[in-house]
Amino acid sequence: MDHSVTNDYFISPATEKRIREIASRYRKEPHQLMNILLDIQRETSNSFPHSVAALVSRITKIPEADLYGFVSFYAMFSTKPRGKYVVRMCHSAPCHVCGAQGVMDAISKTLGIRPGETSKDGKFTLEYCQCLGVCEFAPAIMVNDTVYRNLTPGRAATLMEDYQRGDME
Amino acid sequence: MIKLTIDGLPVEVEEGATLLEAAAKLDIHIPTLCYHPDQNVKANCRICLVEMEGNKLLVPSCSYPAQNGMSIRTHSPKVRRARRNILELILARHAQDCLHCDRSGTCELQSVSEEMHFVKIPRYPYVARSAESDHSSPSVARDSAKCITCGRCEYICSEVQTVHALSKTGRGFEMQFRPVYNRPLGESICVNCGQCVQACPTGALTVRDETQVVWHTFADPGKTVVAQVAPAVRITLAEALGEPPGSISTGRMITAMKRVGFHKVFDTDFTADLTILEEGTELIDRINNGGILPMLTSCCPAWIKFCETFYPELLPHLSTCKSPQQMFGALLKTYYAEKLGILPQDILSVSVMPCTAKKFEETRPELGRNGIRDIDAVLSVQELARMIRSAGIRFDTLPDTPFDAPFGLGTGAGEIFGSTGGVMEAALRTVYELVTGKALRNIDIKAVRGLEGIKEASADMNGTHVKVAVTNGLGNARKIMDLVKAGKTDYHFIEIMACPGGCIGGGGNPIKENAMMTSRLDAVYRLDKELPIRKSHENPAVKALYEEYLGEPNGHRSHALLHTTYINRSGLLE
Amino acid sequence: MLTETRIVLRNMDKIDPVSIMDYKKRGGYQPLRKALAMKPQDVIDQMKLSGLRGRGGAGFPVWKKWSITSAAPGDKKYVICNADEGEPGTNKDRVILSGDPNSVFEGMAIAAYAVGAEKGYLYLRREYPYITPILEKTLENARGEGCLGSNIMGSQFSFEIEVVSGGGAYVCGEETALIESIEGRRGEPRFKPPYPGVQGLYGKPTVVNNVETLANIPVIIERGGKWFSEIGVPNCTGTKVFTLCGNITQKGVFEYPMGTNLREIYETHGGVKDNFDLRGFMLGGQSGNLINAGQIDLAMDIDSCQHAESVLGTGTIMVIDDRHDILDIVENIMSFFIEESCGKCTPCREGNIRIYEILKRINSGQGCPEDLTLLEDLASTMNVACLCGLGQNSSVAVITSLHNFTDVYRKAIERGQRA
Repeated sequence: MDHSVTNDYFISPATEKRIREIASRYRKEPHQLMNILLDIQRETSNSFPHSVAALVSRITKIPEADLYGFVSFYAMFSTKPRGKYVVRMCHSAPCHVCGAQGVMDAISKTLGIRPGETSKDGKFTLEYCQCLGVCEFAPAIMVNDTVYRNLTPGRAATLMEDYQRGDME
Repeated sequence: MIKLTIDGLPVEVEEGATLLEAAAKLDIHIPTLCYHPDQNVKANCRICLVEMEGNKLLVPSCSYPAQNGMSIRTHSPKVRRARRNILELILARHAQDCLHCDRSGTCELQSVSEEMHFVKIPRYPYVARSAESDHSSPSVARDSAKCITCGRCEYICSEVQTVHALSKTGRGFEMQFRPVYNRPLGESICVNCGQCVQACPTGALTVRDETQVVWHTFADPGKTVVAQVAPAVRITLAEALGEPPGSISTGRMITAMKRVGFHKVFDTDFTADLTILEEGTELIDRINNGGILPMLTSCCPAWIKFCETFYPELLPHLSTCKSPQQMFGALLKTYYAEKLGILPQDILSVSVMPCTAKKFEETRPELGRNGIRDIDAVLSVQELARMIRSAGIRFDTLPDTPFDAPFGLGTGAGEIFGSTGGVMEAALRTVYELVTGKALRNIDIKAVRGLEGIKEASADMNGTHVKVAVTNGLGNARKIMDLVKAGKTDYHFIEIMACPGGCIGGGGNPIKENAMMTSRLDAVYRLDKELPIRKSHENPAVKALYEEYLGEPNGHRSHALLHTTYINRSGLLE
Repeated sequence: MLTETRIVLRNMDKIDPVSIMDYKKRGGYQPLRKALAMKPQDVIDQMKLSGLRGRGGAGFPVWKKWSITSAAPGDKKYVICNADEGEPGTNKDRVILSGDPNSVFEGMAIAAYAVGAEKGYLYLRREYPYITPILEKTLENARGEGCLGSNIMGSQFSFEIEVVSGGGAYVCGEETALIESIEGRRGEPRFKPPYPGVQGLYGKPTVVNNVETLANIPVIIERGGKWFSEIGVPNCTGTKVFTLCGNITQKGVFEYPMGTNLREIYETHGGVKDNFDLRGFMLGGQSGNLINAGQIDLAMDIDSCQHAESVLGTGTIMVIDDRHDILDIVENIMSFFIEESCGKCTPCREGNIRIYEILKRINSGQGCPEDLTLLEDLASTMNVACLCGLGQNSSVAVITSLHNFTDVYRKAIERGQRA
């Protein structure tokens, strides 16, 4: 999690409307906070920056400190804007022993970014992640909510190229 | 009752008691770090682990409930090994600069290391908790390299003060306590109350030191260094220098300060009395002329900042009176400078406070004139104690010296400003007489005294049933403010102090536990009883000041010098 | 060659997972009807007879857990399904939830009836977002058929289940951390006591059971605890859904009786591929242990494993062939714990990365014998001092590899001393 201070993330009126709609669910279902925050994150560059936390805090009455503490704990969140596609590459042991490194290198090379970075066109963010629970189909990755299984370096590169071309919309 | 054995010794405790409490009953000391008697149990440092017969895991004595028949060992080889390994892990993340740390000598990590005789170098390479050293706040200095992530600061800021300026962030090795979204503390919603400093076991959070500018100016022949001393300081200073809590040391304190180098030592109790005259007049005016009620006290800068941030719509309720500290500063740089024929910029106006928020108050742009600050430096009790020690002064054998004139006379009413309920009691002693023309039968108004979060009192004054409330601790302030906001109160006047217990519990005092507060509190009222004059409006020096210089309370000149305005800071929440 | 004993996986690939009709055709929701006609204590007695132990890794007897919550005072009680399957090498809960979600919901309902709960939550890890629609649809259908919700099957018993999400944190598989997460906080474990059974979600008595555990419940009620107790081995009854992964020819999720021999499982599923040799196994997940090829004769049940200083855990069997260097694998294992440690308690927050530092030193040829002493010393403290199972067990893989692959470490250290 990147804790460096940056300029505030700009929230457009349309996005603010969406955030208000989603955050208003909190009052009736506080146990759905995780889903609510994840849904909001989808509206704001796959991230939960300070300005978003401030807005959500006003609506839900949850202190900003608690929101910041919450999102900085869970791997699914980011405090800095991310790409349209968050590519998460598993590097737990069962993928590791099935050749995950080669797959990760191929993805990194094709996208031109290293884990933790976002591509210049803002389309891709590359991340390491831990076990995705599809070890029977290792090596595996996730792109947003979709799992890709039984990858080889070649298949992974082709998959990334498909995404880059826009074939996966 | 629960019966168990600790280190072979039998002990009986109430149901619900922890192993730590059971051991304490036997005078067996188990080291702790994250544990604090005035906070919730955290059980994260793992230093207090003990061995429980029949259990493979060691158990934290701070949280584990005593049960019948338990057999506990507090320093078995298994416990000692684990405890030492854990301490070693902490030390391998801890800045090793005890020699120049403000907390050296009172640091809990130091005590634990000493107690365990941990004298070896950790077997791991030192990895700083973070490179962050944050000196952006005028009140509190942050050094994350000394943090042991106990969470005591976040607890007091969120749960007790309800400010929520600090956040527990990140996960694992990178986990750290930071201001919200890592803004520098001085730019965050921190209200500068310094309770986090009181809660911190190490030097991770300390009072920002302003002693250097004062030492420096002592040596400048062209400058006059003038100090004012707050009511609470004469009670907590001796404690900072090793005496029991509640030791009053007014005379010795003044002697020490003179010897350290202050040219004049004045009494903030004097301007506390002045504040009562101004604020009392303001209150009477609001009650009689349909002014905004309830009126809220304005001498606590942390409370002011809290109001400006969280309740800006209630700012019109605040008294426009400056705090006693700032009234003093204004007088020093105008009336006093004129009287002595010195230029205001050649006076270093220093206040000695039990407070960290006063260090923020002194920086408020509206508190000065012509580019000259009314208060140039604020020293906390901790800093004054440091100066006295480093000047080689033995405090316990000093003779007494009185405060200097013309600002050395304070009444008992001024003195009780140091404790929660004091401002209210002082105000009532004066307002009652001003309105009814009669003195209160009993000027010891017990209803507003004590450590309870919210207290109430009322008095009939010439047909008006005046209702007042007193709160201490910002969590309690928030409760009352929510009621005021909703129009659900009928108070005329509310006293609000940010620190639990009032100024005697302030962030700049020696590190406290709530158990000490009663002693400090008792000392405040003892001092009040001993003083010859106990009502602000009877202070002859205050009367003289009005006659000679100010005119009348809330008059033109009083308003210019002794009243102020406030800022809407709710933008900090955006 | 082994054949599977499909109790948990009884309906796999035989039904449309969201269809109540399909589920009922194969006997589904009959056990719930049967349970509702029993006294709650009798339901718990059947669980005791069955000997079922938790399948999430801790192996706590289910009947005991339910008894504690049943007896605990509280105006509200909860049943939580722990679907935060985060242990690397574990796929079983994903398979169960996507293939037969009703088996889990029915198990939850029976548990709720036994302990007196009216509300249940299924905490689904965020890495399985594609399962959520299946679960929601199934719940909708089950409610529609009167199998969940108010007055189930016309009885006085009401039980509602809601699906909630994780956020990407392995530590939330720990029951108290999971509860913290549902309550909208960082998923940091609570100290115990108090136990969730008495003071759990929102301070109320709460049962937290694993997906696989719950999927067993309907069958036990239907066929009786005694029948179940005769499968597997004494004190570890029933079956285990194993996840075979790593360098084994046939990867997948398979169900065998508790106590089945590891060698037999290994051989049934093809062993390592032809041109490689077996180096060893990682058992029970990354919080489990490493054994060498010579230790393959191991009965896969909780106690036999414990006795052999192995870990059954979640039933992960990760096969390691000789392409891989053990030191590289333990480094990878520790990097997982560094990432996943919640950071609350000192020994876990600080210990995992210190172990990793030592391993890196050894692996890069800069190790010395004192490093091994330090590893053992630190691990021994983490085992007993950490707040939760994550820290208590994160060093198990390293330490067991030290004992079972001593030569690897010796050679690496010799390399270091020669340099």
